[in-house]
Amino acid sequence: MSRRADFPLLARNPGLHYLDSAATSQKPAVVLDAIRDFYETSNANPHRGAYALSVAATDRYDSARQTVAAFVGVADPNCLIFTRGTTEALNLIAFSWGRTTVRPDDEIVVTALEHHANFVPWQQLAIETGAKLRICELTSDGRLDLDSLASIVTARTRVVAINHVSNALGTINPVSEIVQLVRARSGAIVVCDGAQAVPHLKVDFDTLGPDFYAFSGHKMCGPMGIGCLIGRRELLEAMPPFQTGGDMVEFVHDDRTTWNALPHKFEAGTPNAADAVGLASAVDYLNAIGMDEVLRHERALMSEASDRLSEIDGVRIYGPPSAERSGVMSFTLGDVHPHDLATILDGEGVCIRAGNHCTQPLMRRLDVSATARASFYIYNDRSDIHALVDGVMKAKEIFGNAAV
Amino acid sequence: MPPSDRSAQISALYQEMILDHYRKPRNKGAIENADASIPMKNPLCGDEITLQVRFADGSIDELGFTGRGCSISQASASMMTQLVKGKTLEEIEVVRARFREMVMGSEAAASDASLGSLRALSGVAKFPARVKCALLAWNALQAALELRRREDG
Repeated sequence: MSRRADFPLLARNPGLHYLDSAATSQKPAVVLDAIRDFYETSNANPHRGAYALSVAATDRYDSARQTVAAFVGVADPNCLIFTRGTTEALNLIAFSWGRTTVRPDDEIVVTALEHHANFVPWQQLAIETGAKLRICELTSDGRLDLDSLASIVTARTRVVAINHVSNALGTINPVSEIVQLVRARSGAIVVCDGAQAVPHLKVDFDTLGPDFYAFSGHKMCGPMGIGCLIGRRELLEAMPPFQTGGDMVEFVHDDRTTWNALPHKFEAGTPNAADAVGLASAVDYLNAIGMDEVLRHERALMSEASDRLSEIDGVRIYGPPSAERSGVMSFTLGDVHPHDLATILDGEGVCIRAGNHCTQPLMRRLDVSATARASFYIYNDRSDIHALVDGVMKAKEIFGNAAV
Repeated sequence: MPPSDRSAQISALYQEMILDHYRKPRNKGAIENADASIPMKNPLCGDEITLQVRFADGSIDELGFTGRGCSISQASASMMTQLVKGKTLEEIEVVRARFREMVMGSEAAASDASLGSLRALSGVAKFPARVKCALLAWNALQAALELRRREDG
Protein backbone atom coordinates (compact mmCIF):
# COMPACT_ATOMS: atom_id res chain seq x y z
CA MET A 1 0.00 0.00 0.00
CA SER A 2 1.51 3.25 -1.12
CA ARG A 3 2.06 5.93 1.50
CA ARG A 4 1.37 8.63 -1.09
CA ALA A 5 -2.19 8.90 0.18
CA ASP A 6 -0.87 10.13 3.55
CA PHE A 7 0.70 13.18 1.87
CA PRO A 8 -1.81 15.76 0.62
CA LEU A 9 0.56 17.37 -1.88
CA LEU A 10 1.37 14.01 -3.47
CA ALA A 11 -2.24 12.84 -3.38
CA ARG A 12 -3.25 16.04 -5.15
CA ASN A 13 -0.63 15.62 -7.89
CA PRO A 14 -0.80 12.02 -9.13
CA GLY A 15 1.69 12.69 -11.95
CA LEU A 16 4.30 14.21 -9.68
CA HIS A 17 7.46 12.20 -9.00
CA TYR A 18 9.07 13.90 -6.04
CA LEU A 19 12.71 12.81 -5.80
CA ASP A 20 14.14 15.70 -3.81
CA SER A 21 13.48 14.64 -0.23
CA ALA A 22 17.11 15.22 0.69
CA ALA A 23 16.30 18.92 0.19
CA THR A 24 12.99 18.76 2.04
CA SER A 25 10.45 16.02 2.54
CA GLN A 26 6.75 16.25 1.85
CA LYS A 27 4.47 16.50 4.90
CA PRO A 28 1.85 13.94 5.87
CA ALA A 29 -1.65 15.14 6.78
CA VAL A 30 -1.14 14.06 10.41
CA VAL A 31 1.68 16.60 10.80
CA LEU A 32 -0.30 19.41 9.20
CA ASP A 33 -3.25 18.48 11.41
CA ALA A 34 -1.11 18.49 14.55
CA ILE A 35 0.13 22.02 13.83
CA ARG A 36 -3.39 23.23 13.16
CA ASP A 37 -4.65 21.48 16.27
CA PHE A 38 -2.04 23.23 18.41
CA TYR A 39 -3.22 26.61 17.19
CA GLU A 40 -6.89 25.67 17.47
CA THR A 41 -6.79 24.08 20.92
CA SER A 42 -3.62 25.07 22.81
CA ASN A 43 -2.30 28.33 21.44
CA ALA A 44 -0.79 30.59 24.09
CA ASN A 45 2.77 31.63 24.84
CA PRO A 46 4.52 28.72 26.61
CA HIS A 47 6.24 29.31 29.96
CA ARG A 48 4.58 32.68 30.53
CA GLY A 49 0.91 32.70 31.37
CA ALA A 50 -0.46 31.81 34.79
CA TYR A 51 -3.57 30.42 33.19
CA ALA A 52 -4.63 26.99 32.01
CA LEU A 53 -4.24 27.66 28.29
CA SER A 54 -0.62 28.71 28.64
CA VAL A 55 0.01 25.66 30.77
CA ALA A 56 -1.52 23.52 28.01
CA ALA A 57 0.78 25.14 25.43
CA THR A 58 3.77 24.56 27.70
CA ASP A 59 2.79 20.93 28.23
CA ARG A 60 2.51 20.29 24.52
CA TYR A 61 5.85 21.95 23.84
CA ASP A 62 7.56 19.96 26.62
CA SER A 63 5.91 16.77 25.49
CA ALA A 64 7.13 17.37 21.92
CA ARG A 65 10.67 17.69 23.27
CA GLN A 66 10.35 14.38 25.10
CA THR A 67 9.01 12.62 22.02
CA VAL A 68 11.81 13.91 19.79
CA ALA A 69 14.50 13.23 22.42
CA ALA A 70 13.34 9.63 22.81
CA PHE A 71 13.37 9.22 19.03
CA VAL A 72 17.07 10.11 18.78
CA GLY A 73 18.15 8.26 21.91
CA VAL A 74 18.68 11.18 24.29
CA ALA A 75 18.06 10.14 27.89
CA ASP A 76 17.90 13.75 29.14
CA PRO A 77 15.35 15.72 27.05
CA ASN A 78 16.65 19.00 28.48
CA CYS A 79 19.84 18.45 26.49
CA LEU A 80 17.78 18.77 23.32
CA ILE A 81 17.54 22.41 22.23
CA PHE A 82 14.95 23.41 19.66
CA THR A 83 16.44 25.59 16.91
CA ARG A 84 15.29 26.82 13.51
CA GLY A 85 17.08 23.88 11.93
CA THR A 86 20.44 22.22 11.46
CA THR A 87 22.13 25.38 10.21
CA GLU A 88 21.18 27.36 13.28
CA ALA A 89 22.15 24.47 15.57
CA LEU A 90 25.62 24.23 14.03
CA ASN A 91 26.09 27.99 14.13
CA LEU A 92 25.03 27.96 17.78
CA ILE A 93 27.96 25.67 18.58
CA ALA A 94 30.44 27.57 16.41
CA PHE A 95 29.48 30.88 18.02
CA SER A 96 28.71 29.95 21.60
CA TRP A 97 31.24 27.16 22.19
CA GLY A 98 33.68 28.14 19.43
CA ARG A 99 34.19 31.85 20.12
CA THR A 100 34.84 31.22 23.81
CA THR A 101 37.02 28.14 23.45
CA VAL A 102 39.10 28.17 20.27
CA ARG A 103 42.40 30.06 20.39
CA PRO A 104 45.13 30.86 17.87
CA ASP A 105 47.34 27.80 17.32
CA ASP A 106 44.36 25.52 17.88
CA GLU A 107 43.17 23.42 14.98
CA ILE A 108 39.69 22.81 13.63
CA VAL A 109 38.99 19.72 11.53
CA VAL A 110 36.21 19.48 8.96
CA THR A 111 35.76 17.08 6.08
CA ALA A 112 35.55 17.53 2.31
CA LEU A 113 32.15 15.83 2.47
CA GLU A 114 30.43 18.55 4.49
CA HIS A 115 27.39 20.58 3.58
CA HIS A 116 28.25 24.29 3.68
CA ALA A 117 26.30 24.47 6.98
CA ASN A 118 28.93 22.30 8.67
CA PHE A 119 31.88 23.80 6.79
CA VAL A 120 31.50 27.57 6.59
CA PRO A 121 30.77 28.17 10.33
CA TRP A 122 34.03 26.35 11.18
CA GLN A 123 36.00 28.04 8.42
CA GLN A 124 34.82 31.43 9.69
CA LEU A 125 35.58 30.46 13.29
CA ALA A 126 39.12 29.59 12.18
CA ILE A 127 39.50 32.92 10.37
CA GLU A 128 38.22 34.90 13.37
CA THR A 129 40.21 33.11 16.04
CA GLY A 130 43.41 32.54 14.08
CA ALA A 131 43.02 28.78 14.44
CA LYS A 132 44.00 26.53 11.56
CA LEU A 133 41.33 24.78 9.50
CA ARG A 134 42.27 21.28 8.38
CA ILE A 135 40.25 19.21 5.96
CA CYS A 136 39.83 15.44 6.02
CA GLU A 137 40.05 14.19 2.43
CA LEU A 138 38.00 11.47 0.76
CA THR A 139 38.58 8.10 -0.80
CA SER A 140 37.98 7.81 -4.54
CA ASP A 141 34.48 6.41 -3.97
CA GLY A 142 33.36 9.30 -1.77
CA ARG A 143 33.96 8.00 1.74
CA LEU A 144 35.84 9.82 4.49
CA ASP A 145 39.47 8.74 4.36
CA LEU A 146 40.01 7.71 7.98
CA ASP A 147 43.79 7.62 7.42
CA SER A 148 43.61 11.25 6.36
CA LEU A 149 41.52 11.99 9.45
CA ALA A 150 43.93 10.15 11.76
CA SER A 151 46.84 12.13 10.32
CA ILE A 152 45.28 15.55 10.99
CA VAL A 153 43.65 15.00 14.39
CA THR A 154 46.30 15.89 16.97
CA ALA A 155 46.60 17.31 20.46
CA ARG A 156 46.03 20.75 18.86
CA THR A 157 42.62 19.78 17.51
CA ARG A 158 39.75 21.40 19.40
CA VAL A 159 36.81 20.33 17.27
CA VAL A 160 36.10 17.75 14.59
CA ALA A 161 32.99 18.49 12.48
CA ILE A 162 31.59 15.63 10.42
CA ASN A 163 28.29 14.64 8.91
CA HIS A 164 26.51 11.40 9.68
CA VAL A 165 25.15 10.99 6.14
CA SER A 166 26.34 13.02 3.14
CA ASN A 167 23.59 15.07 1.51
CA ALA A 168 25.37 15.02 -1.86
CA LEU A 169 26.46 11.37 -2.13
CA GLY A 170 24.42 9.53 0.49
CA THR A 171 27.58 8.17 2.12
CA ILE A 172 26.86 6.87 5.63
CA ASN A 173 29.83 7.74 7.80
CA PRO A 174 31.05 5.54 10.68
CA VAL A 175 30.40 8.11 13.39
CA SER A 176 31.20 5.89 16.40
CA GLU A 177 34.49 4.80 14.83
CA ILE A 178 35.36 8.42 14.12
CA VAL A 179 34.51 9.44 17.69
CA GLN A 180 36.86 6.73 18.99
CA LEU A 181 39.59 7.84 16.59
CA VAL A 182 39.25 11.45 17.76
CA ARG A 183 39.15 10.54 21.48
CA ALA A 184 42.30 8.44 21.08
CA ARG A 185 44.25 11.33 19.56
CA SER A 186 42.92 14.52 21.10
CA GLY A 187 40.65 16.20 23.57
CA ALA A 188 38.61 17.60 20.69
CA ILE A 189 34.84 17.68 20.70
CA VAL A 190 33.00 15.95 17.86
CA VAL A 191 30.15 17.83 16.19
CA CYS A 192 27.92 15.75 13.97
CA ASP A 193 25.54 17.06 11.31
CA GLY A 194 22.70 14.56 11.30
CA ALA A 195 20.34 16.38 8.92
CA GLN A 196 20.48 13.54 6.39
CA ALA A 197 20.59 10.75 8.99
CA VAL A 198 17.73 11.24 11.44
CA PRO A 199 15.03 11.15 8.69
CA HIS A 200 16.38 7.89 7.29
CA LEU A 201 17.95 5.64 9.91
CA LYS A 202 17.81 4.87 13.59
CA VAL A 203 19.98 7.36 15.46
CA ASP A 204 20.92 6.82 19.08
CA PHE A 205 22.83 9.86 20.30
CA ASP A 206 23.91 8.44 23.62
CA THR A 207 25.53 5.33 22.09
CA LEU A 208 26.74 7.05 18.91
CA GLY A 209 29.04 9.15 21.06
CA PRO A 210 29.57 12.64 19.55
CA ASP A 211 29.45 15.72 21.78
CA PHE A 212 26.92 17.58 19.66
CA TYR A 213 24.42 16.41 17.07
CA ALA A 214 22.18 18.58 14.88
CA PHE A 215 19.20 17.86 12.64
CA SER A 216 16.19 19.49 10.96
CA GLY A 217 12.50 18.73 11.17
CA HIS A 218 11.59 19.53 7.58
CA LYS A 219 13.58 16.66 6.05
CA MET A 220 11.79 14.09 8.25
CA CYS A 221 8.13 14.86 7.45
CA GLY A 222 8.06 17.74 9.94
CA PRO A 223 7.52 21.43 9.23
CA MET A 224 10.14 23.93 8.10
CA GLY A 225 11.58 26.20 10.78
CA ILE A 226 12.14 23.66 13.55
CA GLY A 227 15.23 21.60 14.22
CA CYS A 228 17.31 20.35 17.10
CA LEU A 229 20.68 20.59 18.72
CA ILE A 230 21.59 17.83 21.11
CA GLY A 231 24.60 18.30 23.34
CA ARG A 232 26.31 16.78 26.30
CA ARG A 233 25.02 18.47 29.46
CA GLU A 234 28.40 19.57 30.84
CA LEU A 235 29.27 21.28 27.55
CA LEU A 236 25.90 22.98 27.22
CA GLU A 237 26.06 24.20 30.82
CA ALA A 238 29.56 25.62 30.38
CA MET A 239 28.69 27.47 27.17
CA PRO A 240 27.43 31.05 27.14
CA PRO A 241 24.05 31.70 25.50
CA PHE A 242 23.84 32.12 21.75
CA GLN A 243 21.07 34.71 21.81
CA THR A 244 19.69 36.62 24.77
CA GLY A 245 16.21 37.88 25.53
CA GLY A 246 13.02 36.61 27.07
CA ASP A 247 12.58 33.15 28.56
CA MET A 248 16.29 32.35 28.65
CA VAL A 249 17.06 34.44 31.73
CA GLU A 250 16.88 33.83 35.46
CA PHE A 251 17.58 37.23 37.07
CA VAL A 252 18.10 40.42 35.10
CA HIS A 253 19.95 42.93 37.23
CA ASP A 254 20.73 46.41 35.98
CA ASP A 255 24.30 45.45 35.23
CA ARG A 256 24.23 41.70 34.66
CA THR A 257 22.00 38.72 34.02
CA THR A 258 21.97 35.10 35.07
CA TRP A 259 20.76 32.39 32.75
CA ASN A 260 17.83 30.04 32.90
CA ALA A 261 18.42 26.27 33.10
CA LEU A 262 18.72 23.99 30.07
CA PRO A 263 17.15 23.88 27.57
CA HIS A 264 15.77 27.42 28.04
CA LYS A 265 19.21 29.04 28.16
CA PHE A 266 19.52 28.40 24.42
CA GLU A 267 15.93 29.15 23.46
CA ALA A 268 15.60 32.92 23.62
CA GLY A 269 12.23 34.42 22.78
CA THR A 270 8.89 32.80 22.12
CA PRO A 271 9.57 29.20 21.10
CA ASN A 272 8.27 27.68 17.89
CA ALA A 273 5.92 25.47 19.87
CA ALA A 274 3.50 24.69 17.04
CA ASP A 275 6.24 23.37 14.78
CA ALA A 276 7.80 21.42 17.67
CA VAL A 277 4.39 19.75 18.06
CA GLY A 278 4.38 19.14 14.30
CA LEU A 279 7.84 17.59 14.51
CA ALA A 280 6.74 15.31 17.35
CA SER A 281 3.84 14.22 15.16
CA ALA A 282 6.32 13.47 12.34
CA VAL A 283 8.30 11.34 14.81
CA ASP A 284 5.14 9.40 15.68
CA TYR A 285 4.48 8.91 11.97
CA LEU A 286 8.01 7.59 11.33
CA ASN A 287 7.91 5.40 14.44
CA ALA A 288 4.71 3.77 13.21
CA ILE A 289 6.56 2.78 10.03
CA GLY A 290 9.75 1.89 11.88
CA MET A 291 13.14 3.37 11.01
CA ASP A 292 14.52 0.03 9.83
CA GLU A 293 11.69 -0.13 7.32
CA VAL A 294 12.26 3.50 6.26
CA LEU A 295 15.88 2.76 5.36
CA ARG A 296 15.05 -0.57 3.77
CA HIS A 297 12.34 0.98 1.60
CA GLU A 298 14.32 3.96 0.33
CA ARG A 299 17.52 1.98 -0.16
CA ALA A 300 15.71 -0.67 -2.20
CA LEU A 301 14.33 2.04 -4.49
CA MET A 302 17.63 3.92 -4.74
CA SER A 303 19.46 0.69 -5.41
CA GLU A 304 17.08 -0.30 -8.21
CA ALA A 305 17.26 3.20 -9.67
CA SER A 306 21.07 3.05 -9.57
CA ASP A 307 21.03 -0.28 -11.38
CA ARG A 308 18.62 0.97 -14.04
CA LEU A 309 20.52 4.22 -14.62
CA SER A 310 23.86 2.42 -14.72
CA GLU A 311 22.63 0.56 -17.78
CA ILE A 312 22.30 3.84 -19.69
CA ASP A 313 25.36 4.80 -21.69
CA GLY A 314 26.94 7.97 -20.34
CA VAL A 315 25.46 7.82 -16.83
CA ARG A 316 27.97 8.10 -14.05
CA ILE A 317 26.94 7.58 -10.43
CA TYR A 318 29.02 9.11 -7.63
CA GLY A 319 29.73 7.84 -4.14
CA PRO A 320 30.04 4.42 -2.54
CA PRO A 321 28.08 1.32 -3.70
CA SER A 322 24.33 1.65 -3.18
CA ALA A 323 24.27 -0.90 -0.34
CA GLU A 324 26.33 1.58 1.69
CA ARG A 325 24.33 4.70 0.94
CA SER A 326 21.12 6.23 2.22
CA GLY A 327 18.39 6.88 -0.36
CA VAL A 328 20.51 9.48 -2.16
CA MET A 329 21.91 9.07 -5.67
CA SER A 330 24.15 11.67 -7.32
CA PHE A 331 24.79 11.26 -11.03
CA THR A 332 25.69 12.90 -14.32
CA LEU A 333 24.78 12.09 -17.91
CA GLY A 334 27.59 12.56 -20.41
CA ASP A 335 28.05 16.23 -21.28
CA VAL A 336 24.44 17.07 -20.44
CA HIS A 337 24.63 19.68 -17.72
CA PRO A 338 22.71 18.61 -14.58
CA HIS A 339 20.69 21.82 -14.77
CA ASP A 340 19.48 20.89 -18.26
CA LEU A 341 18.77 17.36 -17.07
CA ALA A 342 16.65 18.72 -14.20
CA THR A 343 14.67 20.96 -16.58
CA ILE A 344 13.96 18.04 -18.92
CA LEU A 345 12.98 15.80 -16.00
CA ASP A 346 10.75 18.57 -14.67
CA GLY A 347 8.95 18.43 -18.01
CA GLU A 348 8.16 14.79 -17.20
CA GLY A 349 6.93 15.64 -13.70
CA VAL A 350 10.13 14.42 -12.03
CA CYS A 351 11.61 16.71 -9.35
CA ILE A 352 15.34 16.29 -8.79
CA ARG A 353 18.01 18.61 -7.50
CA ALA A 354 20.75 19.84 -9.79
CA GLY A 355 23.70 21.88 -8.68
CA ASN A 356 26.45 21.76 -6.13
CA HIS A 357 24.12 20.69 -3.28
CA CYS A 358 25.73 23.25 -0.95
CA THR A 359 28.90 21.17 -1.13
CA GLN A 360 31.30 23.22 -3.26
CA PRO A 361 34.44 21.76 -1.60
CA LEU A 362 33.17 18.26 -2.51
CA MET A 363 32.30 19.25 -6.09
CA ARG A 364 35.85 20.58 -6.59
CA ARG A 365 37.25 17.26 -5.44
CA LEU A 366 34.91 15.32 -7.73
CA ASP A 367 36.03 17.74 -10.48
CA VAL A 368 32.46 18.57 -11.48
CA SER A 369 30.63 21.89 -11.24
CA ALA A 370 27.37 20.16 -10.48
CA THR A 371 25.62 16.82 -10.30
CA ALA A 372 22.02 15.70 -10.60
CA ARG A 373 20.67 14.20 -7.40
CA ALA A 374 17.65 11.97 -6.93
CA SER A 375 16.70 11.17 -3.35
CA PHE A 376 14.09 8.66 -2.24
CA TYR A 377 11.85 8.56 0.79
CA ILE A 378 8.98 6.63 2.30
CA TYR A 379 6.32 7.84 -0.16
CA ASN A 380 8.28 6.96 -3.30
CA ASP A 381 7.60 3.80 -5.25
CA ARG A 382 8.73 2.08 -8.42
CA SER A 383 6.69 4.38 -10.63
CA ASP A 384 9.08 7.15 -9.57
CA ILE A 385 12.04 5.06 -10.78
CA HIS A 386 10.37 4.46 -14.14
CA ALA A 387 9.65 8.17 -14.56
CA LEU A 388 13.23 9.02 -13.64
CA VAL A 389 14.70 6.52 -16.09
CA ASP A 390 12.33 7.62 -18.86
CA GLY A 391 13.25 11.26 -18.22
CA VAL A 392 16.97 10.52 -18.39
CA MET A 393 16.40 8.68 -21.67
CA LYS A 394 14.51 11.68 -22.98
CA ALA A 395 17.39 13.99 -22.05
CA LYS A 396 19.73 11.67 -23.87
CA GLU A 397 17.48 11.81 -26.92
CA ILE A 398 17.20 15.62 -26.88
CA PHE A 399 20.93 16.08 -26.51
CA GLY A 400 21.63 13.42 -29.14
CA ASN A 401 23.29 10.13 -28.42
CA ALA A 402 26.55 10.96 -30.17
CA ALA A 403 28.16 13.21 -27.61
CA VAL A 404 26.94 11.27 -24.56
CA MET B 1 -0.29 22.26 -16.86
CA PRO B 2 -0.88 19.14 -19.03
CA PRO B 3 2.37 17.17 -19.45
CA SER B 4 2.16 17.40 -23.25
CA ASP B 5 2.33 21.22 -23.10
CA ARG B 6 5.38 21.04 -20.88
CA SER B 7 6.94 18.54 -23.23
CA ALA B 8 6.39 20.91 -26.17
CA GLN B 9 7.97 23.72 -24.17
CA ILE B 10 10.99 21.54 -23.47
CA SER B 11 11.36 20.84 -27.19
CA ALA B 12 11.07 24.59 -27.90
CA LEU B 13 13.75 25.28 -25.30
CA TYR B 14 16.33 22.80 -26.51
CA GLN B 15 16.49 23.76 -30.17
CA GLU B 16 19.17 22.35 -32.41
CA MET B 17 20.88 25.74 -32.58
CA ILE B 18 21.26 25.92 -28.80
CA LEU B 19 22.76 22.46 -28.57
CA ASP B 20 25.07 23.33 -31.46
CA HIS B 21 26.36 26.45 -29.68
CA TYR B 22 26.66 24.46 -26.42
CA ARG B 23 28.79 21.78 -28.03
CA LYS B 24 30.68 24.10 -30.40
CA PRO B 25 30.79 27.47 -28.67
CA ARG B 26 31.89 30.41 -30.85
CA ASN B 27 34.42 32.93 -29.54
CA LYS B 28 35.31 30.67 -26.65
CA GLY B 29 38.71 31.42 -25.21
CA ALA B 30 40.78 34.34 -23.98
CA ILE B 31 41.45 37.30 -26.30
CA GLU B 32 44.53 39.49 -26.73
CA ASN B 33 44.71 42.95 -25.13
CA ALA B 34 41.29 42.85 -23.48
CA ASP B 35 40.04 46.17 -22.08
CA ALA B 36 37.63 44.48 -19.70
CA SER B 37 37.53 41.07 -18.15
CA ILE B 38 34.31 40.36 -16.23
CA PRO B 39 33.78 37.18 -14.22
CA MET B 40 30.12 36.34 -13.61
CA LYS B 41 28.69 33.50 -11.54
CA ASN B 42 25.33 31.97 -10.96
CA PRO B 43 25.93 30.43 -7.54
CA LEU B 44 22.60 28.61 -7.61
CA CYS B 45 23.65 26.20 -10.33
CA GLY B 46 27.37 26.76 -10.60
CA ASP B 47 27.38 28.39 -14.04
CA GLU B 48 30.37 30.64 -14.42
CA ILE B 49 31.79 32.62 -17.29
CA THR B 50 34.45 35.26 -17.74
CA LEU B 51 33.76 37.64 -20.58
CA GLN B 52 36.64 39.53 -22.15
CA VAL B 53 36.00 42.57 -24.30
CA ARG B 54 38.21 44.83 -26.44
CA PHE B 55 36.79 48.20 -27.49
CA ALA B 56 37.67 50.35 -30.52
CA ASP B 57 36.06 53.56 -31.77
CA GLY B 58 32.85 53.28 -29.74
CA SER B 59 32.26 49.68 -30.65
CA ILE B 60 33.26 46.22 -29.58
CA ASP B 61 36.19 45.14 -31.65
CA GLU B 62 36.74 41.69 -30.18
CA LEU B 63 35.31 39.57 -27.40
CA GLY B 64 35.54 36.06 -26.04
CA PHE B 65 34.40 34.03 -23.07
CA THR B 66 35.70 31.22 -20.89
CA GLY B 67 34.01 29.15 -18.20
CA ARG B 68 31.49 26.38 -17.92
CA GLY B 69 27.84 25.90 -17.29
CA CYS B 70 24.58 24.58 -18.65
CA SER B 71 23.61 24.57 -22.32
CA ILE B 72 21.51 27.72 -21.91
CA SER B 73 24.25 29.82 -20.33
CA GLN B 74 26.92 28.59 -22.73
CA ALA B 75 24.80 28.90 -25.89
CA SER B 76 23.60 32.33 -24.83
CA ALA B 77 27.20 33.49 -24.34
CA SER B 78 28.27 32.02 -27.66
CA MET B 79 25.42 33.58 -29.65
CA MET B 80 25.83 36.89 -27.88
CA THR B 81 29.49 37.16 -28.81
CA GLN B 82 28.64 36.48 -32.45
CA LEU B 83 25.91 39.07 -32.56
CA VAL B 84 27.59 41.98 -30.79
CA LYS B 85 31.05 41.78 -32.33
CA GLY B 86 31.63 44.89 -34.46
CA LYS B 87 28.50 46.66 -33.22
CA THR B 88 28.56 50.11 -31.62
CA LEU B 89 27.92 50.40 -27.90
CA GLU B 90 24.56 52.08 -28.59
CA GLU B 91 23.48 49.24 -30.89
CA ILE B 92 24.57 46.69 -28.32
CA GLU B 93 22.60 48.38 -25.55
CA VAL B 94 19.44 48.20 -27.70
CA VAL B 95 19.95 44.48 -28.43
CA ARG B 96 20.76 43.73 -24.80
CA ALA B 97 17.58 45.40 -23.55
CA ARG B 98 15.52 43.65 -26.26
CA PHE B 99 17.03 40.26 -25.45
CA ARG B 100 16.23 40.76 -21.81
CA GLU B 101 12.60 41.58 -22.68
CA MET B 102 12.43 38.40 -24.75
CA VAL B 103 13.63 36.03 -22.02
CA MET B 104 11.34 37.77 -19.54
CA GLY B 105 8.42 36.77 -21.76
CA SER B 106 7.79 39.59 -24.27
CA GLU B 107 6.29 38.03 -27.39
CA ALA B 108 6.95 41.17 -29.41
CA ALA B 109 10.66 40.85 -28.63
CA ALA B 110 10.58 37.14 -29.51
CA SER B 111 9.48 38.01 -33.06
CA ASP B 112 11.87 40.96 -33.43
CA ALA B 113 14.15 40.20 -36.38
CA SER B 114 16.87 42.42 -34.94
CA LEU B 115 17.59 39.69 -32.38
CA GLY B 116 18.55 37.33 -35.18
CA SER B 117 19.61 33.87 -34.01
CA LEU B 118 19.16 34.93 -30.38
CA ARG B 119 15.47 34.25 -30.88
CA ALA B 120 16.33 30.55 -30.52
CA LEU B 121 16.51 31.33 -26.80
CA SER B 122 12.96 32.65 -26.59
CA GLY B 123 11.79 29.34 -25.09
CA VAL B 124 13.63 30.24 -21.88
CA ALA B 125 10.79 32.60 -20.95
CA LYS B 126 8.67 29.59 -20.03
CA PHE B 127 11.31 28.41 -17.53
CA PRO B 128 11.73 31.07 -14.81
CA ALA B 129 14.42 28.94 -13.13
CA ARG B 130 16.53 29.21 -16.30
CA VAL B 131 16.22 32.91 -17.15
CA LYS B 132 19.29 33.69 -15.07
CA CYS B 133 21.30 31.19 -17.12
CA ALA B 134 20.35 32.96 -20.36
CA LEU B 135 21.21 36.37 -18.91
CA LEU B 136 24.56 35.46 -17.36
CA ALA B 137 26.73 36.48 -20.32
CA TRP B 138 24.60 39.53 -20.99
CA ASN B 139 25.01 40.70 -17.41
CA ALA B 140 28.76 40.36 -17.86
CA LEU B 141 28.52 42.37 -21.08
CA GLN B 142 26.50 45.06 -19.33
CA ALA B 143 29.14 45.28 -16.61
CA ALA B 144 31.84 45.64 -19.28
CA LEU B 145 29.91 48.44 -20.98
CA GLU B 146 29.38 50.26 -17.68
CA LEU B 147 33.06 49.97 -16.93
CA ARG B 148 33.81 51.46 -20.34
CA ARG B 149 31.39 54.34 -19.80
CA ARG B 150 32.91 55.13 -16.41
CA GLU B 151 36.40 55.10 -17.86
CA ASP B 152 35.29 57.42 -20.63
CA GLY B 153 33.90 59.56 -17.85
